Amino acid sequence: MIYADNAATTKMSETAINAMISAMKDTYGNPSSLYVTGQKAKEAIEEAREKIASLIGARASEIIFTGGGSEADNQAIVSTARLGAKSGKKHIISTAFEHHAVLHTLEKLRKEGFEITLLDVHENGLITAEEVEKAIRPDTCLVTIMYANNEIGTIQPISEIGAVCRSHKVPFHTDAVQAVGHVPIDVEKQNIDMLSSSAHKYHGPKGVGFLYVKKGVRITSLIEGGAQENGKRAGTENVPGIVSMAAALEEAVRDLEKNRDHLIPIRDRIIEGLDAIPHSALNGDREKRLPGNINFCFEGIEGESLLLLLDDKGIEASSGSACTSGSLDPSHVLLAIGRVHDVAHGSLRLSIGEDITEKDADYIVDSVKEVVGYLRSFSPVWRDLVSGKTEFILK
Amino acid sequence: MALYSETVMDHFRHPRNVGVIEDADAVGEVGNAKCGDIMKMYMKITDGIIEDVKFETFGCGSAIASSSMATELIKGKPLEEVRKLTNKAVAEALDGLPAYKMHCSVLAQEAIEAALNDYEQKQKQ
Repeated sequence: MIYADNAATTKMSETAINAMISAMKDTYGNPSSLYVTGQKAKEAIEEAREKIASLIGARASEIIFTGGGSEADNQAIVSTARLGAKSGKKHIISTAFEHHAVLHTLEKLRKEGFEITLLDVHENGLITAEEVEKAIRPDTCLVTIMYANNEIGTIQPISEIGAVCRSHKVPFHTDAVQAVGHVPIDVEKQNIDMLSSSAHKYHGPKGVGFLYVKKGVRITSLIEGGAQENGKRAGTENVPGIVSMAAALEEAVRDLEKNRDHLIPIRDRIIEGLDAIPHSALNGDREKRLPGNINFCFEGIEGESLLLLLDDKGIEASSGSACTSGSLDPSHVLLAIGRVHDVAHGSLRLSIGEDITEKDADYIVDSVKEVVGYLRSFSPVWRDLVSGKTEFILK
Repeated sequence: MALYSETVMDHFRHPRNVGVIEDADAVGEVGNAKCGDIMKMYMKITDGIIEDVKFETFGCGSAIASSSMATELIKGKPLEEVRKLTNKAVAEALDGLPAYKMHCSVLAQEAIEAALNDYEQKQKQ
């Protein structure tokens, strides 16, 4: 079996599992308790905080532990918006292809009277700092732009965007859920004010993440009920999850270069292989993308049937087809980069992991070619395209 | 729990009556690519009986399985019986479909109706 859905979630590393088990056994105390068992747990999470901060160029006091990436996104956006509104600033800038944790939060704010500008991400899935700058207004209270896209893997010019926001004194948040542990991050050098991360995207456990908030940037709690996390996130800390997350990130950052050097040639091998399929197209920029992300559209077929047949061949992947989401529309990300509905339904995302081999890559390419060919063989859409009744969209 | 029943997966993996009938007496096409489902049915009709039926489908697993099952249910049947086929009968024969996939069985029923309407039009001419 080839697991190629690492953008959905990753397998926990041995290091992360062991760290979690040790934490469960040895540091079961409540970090808020004053006795030894409690203080041992407190020490464990503070050590994890130090570690995580150092891995992204932050200070320990700038890390808030959360219940995952979505919570971190919600907190950063809602909190900053509320604070902005207090001084009459109710305009937020983002992009059309953010994760729903961001888009749905912005939609909620829009209904409350905020004005939301969603920047166009262009065909290659990228925006520029200049475009962000043009959109900034005197009443802009937040810019939130994802670091790397979860579907098409494109990496935005974060440092430049951060610099622009800083020069206009607008807080800049980035949803870096897909980026942390996969690309080098330094919040200080990259001018990032807030950053969301989720442990299970880099071989850590599910249900835990963190929000980086630069010193001096104000943030409030979404959850009331206690003084944990310096009053920024109530609730007894997920000690095993936090300890395990730190261990997972430490390993991911340590192996980052090695993993990139392994993944990029294999990613490119798969891209070249799939590119040879007639009337197909890579989604997202060819170069500025995550080391493990491959996303294609194949004309004349539908993504869910592609996934099911690949699953039969032992390849686990995902698609932006409407049928895999339970809605009528295909992926908003593919629509945002200008793919029409007909083509967006036939998409395939492969997010490969570090254990992939060249042999796996060739097997994936051969399998996708075979399945796409088979599905096209009885697709009325493909028949009309081949017969010239309708025109090909992908050349 | 698997997304689909074993019967759905069987018809998806091994669709029955796939293909085209070049000299079909009736052709029906429904759905659109924008929504992600298109079904096309071809029929050969002799003495009021569906002598042969083939289909082509662009769509998800349940769309392909629904087309396959629908063709099995109508093959060799008299037209008046075929007209009475409901989407529920297609879904039941597949041992059920997830609620949000029921429209695939509706599409199969509509493809059959479209083909039969095409046949009637041709008969009138």
